[in-house]
Amino acid sequence: MSSDVLTVTDLSVHYRTDHGALQALRHVNLDVPRGSIVGVVGESGCGKSTLIASIIRLLAGNAFIPNGRIEFESRNLLDLDEAAMRDLRGNRMSVVFQDPMSTLNPVLTIGRQMTDIQYRRNASRADKQRRAVEMLARVGISDPASRLGQFPHEFSGGMQQRISIAMALQAEPALLIADEPTTALDATLEVQIIHLLKDLQTNIGCSILFISHHLGVIAELCDYVVVMYAGEIVEEGTARDVFHRPAHPYTEKLLQCDPAGIAAKSRSLPTIPGEIPDLVELPAGCIFKNRCGYVMERCDNVVPAWTESAGTHFVSCHRTQT
Amino acid sequence: MSALLQVENARVRFRVCSTLQALFGGVSDPCIDAVRDASFSIDEGETFALVGESGSGKSTLALAVAGLLPAAEGSIRFEGAEVTTMDTAALKAYRRHIAFMWQNPVGSLSPRLSVGALITEPYRIHRVRERDLKAESARLLKMVGLPPEFAARYPHQLSGGQARRVGVARALALDPKLIIADEPTAGLDVSVQGEILNLLNRLRSDLGVCMFVITHNLNVVRHISDRTAIMYLGRFVEQGPTDDIFARPRHPYTLALLSANPEPDPDAVLERIELKGEIPSLRDRPAGCEFHTRCPFVGDACRQTFPPLHTVSAAHALTCHFPR
Repeated sequence: MSSDVLTVTDLSVHYRTDHGALQALRHVNLDVPRGSIVGVVGESGCGKSTLIASIIRLLAGNAFIPNGRIEFESRNLLDLDEAAMRDLRGNRMSVVFQDPMSTLNPVLTIGRQMTDIQYRRNASRADKQRRAVEMLARVGISDPASRLGQFPHEFSGGMQQRISIAMALQAEPALLIADEPTTALDATLEVQIIHLLKDLQTNIGCSILFISHHLGVIAELCDYVVVMYAGEIVEEGTARDVFHRPAHPYTEKLLQCDPAGIAAKSRSLPTIPGEIPDLVELPAGCIFKNRCGYVMERCDNVVPAWTESAGTHFVSCHRTQT
Repeated sequence: MSALLQVENARVRFRVCSTLQALFGGVSDPCIDAVRDASFSIDEGETFALVGESGSGKSTLALAVAGLLPAAEGSIRFEGAEVTTMDTAALKAYRRHIAFMWQNPVGSLSPRLSVGALITEPYRIHRVRERDLKAESARLLKMVGLPPEFAARYPHQLSGGQARRVGVARALALDPKLIIADEPTAGLDVSVQGEILNLLNRLRSDLGVCMFVITHNLNVVRHISDRTAIMYLGRFVEQGPTDDIFARPRHPYTLALLSANPEPDPDAVLERIELKGEIPSLRDRPAGCEFHTRCPFVGDACRQTFPPLHTVSAAHALTCHFPR
């Protein structure tokens, strides 16, 4: 068995639109090693959600995959039929979404929802309830047994997210995909949820693919970081590599312009001028050239190669290759 | 400097069950206090920020200031005129001087109106007839850094940052004296957050407009506000000049909020003050200090008596038994 739970190789995802194919993901390579937390950072429109949707095979109807492999536990997910995929979802891989209130069914009690999702287990009702209580206790919900009869709206946002995590981890999956799980939460609860995820990850031994646009959260939680921009992975490395020695100009700018990271009071904050390029008619050369401060002649027409900058640190930029 | 807006001991209540239900259910009070004893003032040309977690009453207070929710007690004065006792006509005239930037940038724009119609809608509502709407929409778009062609676009054709700019343009339409910005950076990418904060700062220095900024992100506040108040369970726990609060936060809750921001550095040594548990229910406020259930520095006095007002300087005050 390979040491990676998930291996995405040369994956491209396009959407059919009236103007032509929108190339949302292009030649993406990604490994999630067993027992590690991999963070994916990027801004809106960079393809984070498309990446998740293609891993769990819940892409929109107009999407198609021209090339690529998604290997999960030594099987190519793109070859599996719908029944086999259903068998994996919620069992070997599960997802925690951004908004807990729309994950949970508002008209069913927490207990009902938590026993319903154990439909695969051949166990008695009481047994399933016991398991639900156990999971709720594990994510830090006090007095879990009496909480089973309550509805989602009776819980606060932080508690709802804990419940979604409990449900996602109930079957002890090999891979947990967390899609911005703390974005809808307040700062103090965000920290609680990060610590909870880290603890559970160590206990259960699963891998986590953690998607966020919050750099601080990624730095605190993740072992490896992948930076995405406009449908491509532009940089990849250990959290230390990426945050201490950003090699791609985009990563560098992203780190500089986080208003929360700037301690000195400033009336004029740094920004990244310009817009994400049109993904239907892609520009030639480097994808970041129109917003890059170090643009060279070569960037205009040569696509930068994916190169190693040091050990486990990879980047696609002409600057590092000179 | 004179105060543009002065709020004293404002209290906003919501009814959560009927009087009969309360009577039979053994609930002593059928209402909850979403905002309690809030006092602050905004001077001419000043930016005031209100920080707190969801459900702490920030938006409720802003709605009460705008006269969109009735205040149960206390007074809200705008340029000396009492807002809480205004009739509908007076309120409408008052609302010409204040503008709202709503929290959800796309949701607050009607999907059926073009950007041009959206940003000139305030003129129609307040029957300002003397202005040329087309020229006005171009002027407003220019002020927020969007090209005039955007007037023909519809909200679904805008990115989050652009929709936020349209919200700013609409708020500026009637040359307001006060802009109330509810979570101006929520849901935006980090690179765009900086743009919006820069825009707000520029408008403030160019137009001299006052701002009332509501946010849950303390770290955004430091770049735009002159004074900051921190709210917990509908009450102000600390209030003072922004620089003072960041240099030396005194209330344990402020400390926790400040330290809760994860740094983009995997090796950062964090002296984090972690809060236990969840925010208590407004229907069941804790006795004594309302923060004691989550406070890491809780003492005996906190469980029994409501903390006194502790004054650090004329402008900096907090309610805590054991200020740091």
